[in-house]
Amino acid sequence: MQATSAARPITTKKEFYAQFRKKSIAHELWLRFLKNRTAVIGLVIFCFIVTVAVAAPWLTSYDNVVVKMNIAERLQPPGTAHWFGTDELGRDILARIVYGARISLVIGISAISVSLVVGLVLGGAAGYYGGKIDSVIMRAMDVFLSLPDVLLALAIIAAFGNTKLNLTIAIGLSFAPKFSRVVRSAVMGVRDNEYIEAARSIGALDTRIIARHVLPNCIGPIIVQVTLYVANAILTIAALSFIGLGIQPPTPEWGNMLASGRTYMRDFPHIVMAPGLAIFFTILALNLLGDGLRDTLDPRLKH
Amino acid sequence: MVRYTIKRLFELIPVILVVTFIVFTILSMTPGDATNIILGNDYTPELGAKLRVELGLDRSLIVQYFHYIWNLMHGDFGISYVTRAPVIDQLSVRLANTAWIVVSAMILCVSVGIPIGIRSATKPNSIFSQCTMVFGLMGVSMPIFWLGLLLILLFSVSLGWLPSSGMDHGLKSLILPAITLGFNYMANIMRTTRSSMMEAIRQDYIRTARAKGVAEHDVIYDHALGNALMPTITIIGMNVGTLLGGVVLTETVFSIPGMGRLLVEAINQRDTPCVLGTLVVMAICVAVSNLIVDLIYAYIDPRIRAQYGAKVRKA
Repeated sequence: MQATSAARPITTKKEFYAQFRKKSIAHELWLRFLKNRTAVIGLVIFCFIVTVAVAAPWLTSYDNVVVKMNIAERLQPPGTAHWFGTDELGRDILARIVYGARISLVIGISAISVSLVVGLVLGGAAGYYGGKIDSVIMRAMDVFLSLPDVLLALAIIAAFGNTKLNLTIAIGLSFAPKFSRVVRSAVMGVRDNEYIEAARSIGALDTRIIARHVLPNCIGPIIVQVTLYVANAILTIAALSFIGLGIQPPTPEWGNMLASGRTYMRDFPHIVMAPGLAIFFTILALNLLGDGLRDTLDPRLKH
Repeated sequence: MVRYTIKRLFELIPVILVVTFIVFTILSMTPGDATNIILGNDYTPELGAKLRVELGLDRSLIVQYFHYIWNLMHGDFGISYVTRAPVIDQLSVRLANTAWIVVSAMILCVSVGIPIGIRSATKPNSIFSQCTMVFGLMGVSMPIFWLGLLLILLFSVSLGWLPSSGMDHGLKSLILPAITLGFNYMANIMRTTRSSMMEAIRQDYIRTARAKGVAEHDVIYDHALGNALMPTITIIGMNVGTLLGGVVLTETVFSIPGMGRLLVEAINQRDTPCVLGTLVVMAICVAVSNLIVDLIYAYIDPRIRAQYGAKVRKA
């Protein structure tokens, strides 16, 4: 009785029960994540970008500011009226950056969702069943991996054109082989555990075992890769738009803003600063977040 | 080693065939009629039909593919829809420029990235090491096309030291493209070398070497480096493809007539044979460089060497 008493006597019923309650795993992970300063910085920057993207319609007007030409105010340097200056058609660069964030995030996240679905199915099957299925799927993936992802995306765009949907699918499919590999190795790490054997021994179907027991246990490395690949996908959209094969003007996208600003940058360098910084900080935030999540979810990998 | 090389060379053939098939299939799904693009305003249904037979477009995909492969083995990449000249002519002119940029970027990355990584790992708490970590993180997050524009602004526009475009100034015109293309790669190599080196230094055999009184320089470069370099070589190999993807961007930024530019122009003009040829050459380059990396790997890793070596000594 005496041994368990803390320094402060327990006064209420609530506190009495609280001391026996186990902290949830999520809560503990969250606390561990918060200790990682750089990861928290990444999360804060990313949340800021997401908030701005979601709030864009309330911050500025698409039709009147973002795409409407205003030749009288073209190529103005940064100032109080236009924080980041105006572009070659007199449009406020900040407003275009804000709307550009919507495009980048939506395509980036949906493209990675596409590769996640493909990766989960193919990588999951390869990792769980092993043997012939594994070698067939992974050989196929190796072949796709021998074509650089940007080039695969370019081939798809060359064939089908560059609508937003095609871009999403092209980028999604080009990242799918790498994803399958990640899922496969994660599944293989879990596959031989005793609880899987237990589930099988009580007669659970393979689909149930994979969905309920295997995948939830290898979610960690997958989340880390999702974060890092969303960064990659956003970079790819910007790159494709920069070379003129992605999002077309006048729709604001960070890559095509850089491309159209190039012509004027010798005399008006501000025009290429803001879009570049926007890409840079988004990628940096996701990289910091991904590295932080890796350290949080798998402490063994640290250092 | 010779046996291993031959085995790997034979493995290259199916990879190239299948990659070609994938690209070929994707591009053949292009909606619309190719003859329309070629004939332009002269298009009539009769002329179109005649041209389709001439180009073999009326045959099945598989037949067309084998026909393409057969021609490919004879160095024939087909005729460009736009210039009506053999694609191989354009490819051979452009390939040299691209090769210059890629090779110089690689040399730059390896010769800068690895030494910085090693130094940063041996003094992990120094200011130098902290700086390299920040630099490394920035390096992997930097969009290279933006970096290229910034470099032009600084070194061409403000300082006037280096040319901002083209390939007419010899080595001088290679510097900025090489830095631009290699920047992510260098940061990646540096980070990998640093972490694997730090891992290697903690191993027991390093402590043993130090205890025996081996000079610190020899401990690092003779004992630790050999093992620490393996992940770095993997990273170098894995990213050759990314480097070739980056060529498209670098050539756009610096207006260099290379393979990347050719690819983009061909896509814009819907010149399918040219797109196909460029992608196939790039895929072959990636496959060959992966092979080279694997061979270097085998040369360094005694386990692979022993597997294929003539004499395997048993301890």
